[in-house]
Amino acid sequence: MNFLPNTDKDREEMLKVIGVSSVEELFGDIPPELRFKGDLKLPPALSEFELARHMEELAAKNTAQDYVSFIGAGAYDHYIPAVVGHVLGRSEFYTAYTPYQPEISQAVLQSIYEYQTMICELTGMDAANASMYDGASAAAESVTIAAGLTRRKRALVSKTVHPETRAVISTYADARDIVVEEIDYTQGVTDVESLAAKLGDDVACVVIQQPNFFGALEPVDEISAKVKQSGAAFIVSVNPMTLGLLRPPAEYGADIVVGEGQVFGSPMAFGGPYLGILAVTHKLLRRMPGRLVGMTTDDQGNRGFVLTLQTREQHIRRERATSNICSNQALNALAAVVYLSWAGKQGLREIGEQCVQKAAYLAGKISEIDGFSLAWEAPFFNEFAIKCPVDAEQVLEALLEQNILAGYPLGRAYPELKQYLLIAVTEKRTKQEMDALVAGLEGLA
Amino acid sequence: MRRPEPLIFEISKPGRKAYSLPALDVPAKSIDELLPQGELRKQPAELPEVSEVDLVRHFTRLSQLNHGVDIGFYPLGSCTMKYNPKINEYAANLPGFNRIHPYVPEDLAQGALQLMYELQYYLAEIAGMDHVSLQPAAGAHGELAGILIIRAYHRSRNDLKRTKILIPDSAHGTNPASAALAGYTVVELPTDERGGVDVEALEAAMDETVAGLMLTNPNTLGLFDENIQRIEKIVHDRGGLLYYDGANANAILGISRPGDMGFDVLHFNLHKTFGTPHGGGGPGSGPVAVKDFLEPFLPVPTVVYEDGKYRLNYDRPHTIGQMKSFYGNFLVMVKAYAYIRSLGPDGLRQASRDAVLNANYLLSRVRDYYDVPYDRYCKHEFVVAPLKIKKETGVRTLDISKRLLDYGVHPPTNYFPLIVDEALMIEPTETESKETLDYFADALIAIAKEAYEDPDKVKSAPHTTVVGRLDEAGAARNLNIRWRKPE
Repeated sequence: MNFLPNTDKDREEMLKVIGVSSVEELFGDIPPELRFKGDLKLPPALSEFELARHMEELAAKNTAQDYVSFIGAGAYDHYIPAVVGHVLGRSEFYTAYTPYQPEISQAVLQSIYEYQTMICELTGMDAANASMYDGASAAAESVTIAAGLTRRKRALVSKTVHPETRAVISTYADARDIVVEEIDYTQGVTDVESLAAKLGDDVACVVIQQPNFFGALEPVDEISAKVKQSGAAFIVSVNPMTLGLLRPPAEYGADIVVGEGQVFGSPMAFGGPYLGILAVTHKLLRRMPGRLVGMTTDDQGNRGFVLTLQTREQHIRRERATSNICSNQALNALAAVVYLSWAGKQGLREIGEQCVQKAAYLAGKISEIDGFSLAWEAPFFNEFAIKCPVDAEQVLEALLEQNILAGYPLGRAYPELKQYLLIAVTEKRTKQEMDALVAGLEGLA
Repeated sequence: MRRPEPLIFEISKPGRKAYSLPALDVPAKSIDELLPQGELRKQPAELPEVSEVDLVRHFTRLSQLNHGVDIGFYPLGSCTMKYNPKINEYAANLPGFNRIHPYVPEDLAQGALQLMYELQYYLAEIAGMDHVSLQPAAGAHGELAGILIIRAYHRSRNDLKRTKILIPDSAHGTNPASAALAGYTVVELPTDERGGVDVEALEAAMDETVAGLMLTNPNTLGLFDENIQRIEKIVHDRGGLLYYDGANANAILGISRPGDMGFDVLHFNLHKTFGTPHGGGGPGSGPVAVKDFLEPFLPVPTVVYEDGKYRLNYDRPHTIGQMKSFYGNFLVMVKAYAYIRSLGPDGLRQASRDAVLNANYLLSRVRDYYDVPYDRYCKHEFVVAPLKIKKETGVRTLDISKRLLDYGVHPPTNYFPLIVDEALMIEPTETESKETLDYFADALIAIAKEAYEDPDKVKSAPHTTVVGRLDEAGAARNLNIRWRKPE
């Protein structure tokens, strides 16, 4: 199957207009020894039906789709309403490029403006960009922003920040010779004393996550006060789904807010594509990487939207740009706009409340099982860690037999936490499913 | 015609809602009991309150204000706006690909891992390279990964004096920005009169302080660099590495392979060459491919096949690290995989042949009406400029582009590459028919005539779009980047 409209007759006519006798002549400037001879070793072409069947077979091999999942750890199984797929399926959106010609790109531009507004509302920040690749790369770029702002070369990152976010921060920081140091945790949250001991006038930024990777709420006011004293930038990575209920990071002094926006209408999809949220205070606006949409008017005074402050960007500024980022995750940002319009002011709060209620119920039930306990006392939102009587990997393994994915074994990223399992619930998890998990764990006690 | 769609916030009304939730099925507690009072939001976020029908109409009407490949011709140079096959969308929407969490046990995600493993192999074969990591989320992200690999290689040999990257002046802005992000100083190379790298300038610049050369070939002028073998020898002889910007590889599939040209590392954009849609700006996917000797530095994880099972491999002590969370933009990989399986080796080569034929045909049709800065057969795209028109009528590239909107097509890329004054960069792709190309050529020719007969009509275009020419300077001066509820 191919998607070529031209017939051999068309091709002949076109060659005649060009004035050559064969397509080969058009490749005449490639040195003969660099011409690829023979056939690429790839499987032969498939018809549409054969391809559909093959893709269905591959998809069917992902048997995880049939399990009840309590895995969170940065990607969450929230319900995605039908309207999201419906709007994203409009090919006016998905077959468009970056909106370089605003007069015929108002859909993409206006939806990004709406997205920017919603992210500002949720985070309390002054400005949000059109999105980054994902939460982790947004965090990594925010460290670069902070280093540029403060002209300092040390970044402090709490160990309670998602391990993959920390890994990506390290990759980016290493390239810029920024030294990353980790802050210890105590009782499941950032150790404020350890932070205070590491802070100094050479620290560019402090990165924390709220709720943190263990699901626990960080003592953000205490942390913020220390960070502010040092003159470092305060970077907060959030699960934006919590912000229907929890206070916006601007209230506790965040200079940069980043987050993984997958929770707003993007499927878990084996890790991507997701949505990198990035929002800043007014002071940092011009240091922000990525696309930004602004409102303006046309020659007759009609309202319209355009890409703005493009002089920050690589296609204008080249090696002096704020970042190399060119694309964004526009379609995932659109998913977020549609999701948040669907949930609305009341719904986002109610979804958050259901998550909190269900997590509290499940945590309560598990802590009643002999040998199992809550790992820490810190309050949590929709995710919490438990201590198991055995290695958490064994717990995960045992529950697979009941078609339950029990959680994320923390020992994978924290060798000292081998008996700890991280459990997430969403509004989708039913009492029956949670009771089945509890029963499964009871069987191991 | 001009009837802008209100913002979703402007159609909001307190009490309306689109969502529904199941009744809470666990005993409810007071939220104050579960979360500290001080952590709760005092003011609700100002999200819209709309009914489902309001929501659907808003986004449907909004969508009608946009151009897309499914609506019409989109010859945006260097962006490869080819048709996006619908079967690929079907495949990427299968529950088996969507409902899997990235941390599920590998045994329960063998289909996803198999797909990634095979895609790694297909891309390596097409590139003439040995190993692939699918992690980077976009082209620029792949470039950064590639440059970090080059940096890690030199460091592994304790060769620390290489602090520069050479980049031709025709290159994309992402190239110098990626090199700078990786900590390198950028040295720009001039272009010669044939549109290729100025080899003498390369000779002069290439020394033991240079880590490598980033090259696009065919380059942004749509021209194959005939001196690629000399370039390769100069860079390699002096200890540098060759980076291939394969963002747009639509001219070379099964025709010529970067690995065979001597390149050491490259990235592809799955959202250009391999038919996955651009989504209004993303998501994309930018896999990075390397020769054997650079394999230890690839980003983690990669997918391996051992003892009859596919699994993720993080065990790579010399890796540059991780570029993003998890394994890359998986659903984009699904579409690219489906695309390669649809076309097969013959179909891919035919796609490149037709892309080059279409571009040369269009160039032949318009060459008498526009200036052609480098007069050669092009590959998948070409650059023309209305220099004579501008001089004689004052009509510029921007005006011509805006006038094209009235003809119902998307304009070419404007004012890029930077080395061509008033550039119009045109890439028709292989999925456009001769009739479409003729329509577009006729429009360009008609506008060239209009420039002389009625220049104001061109300068004041567009006349038929939902909004007229927008005040971009005003947008930057009076910055309004978010809506606020009226007091």
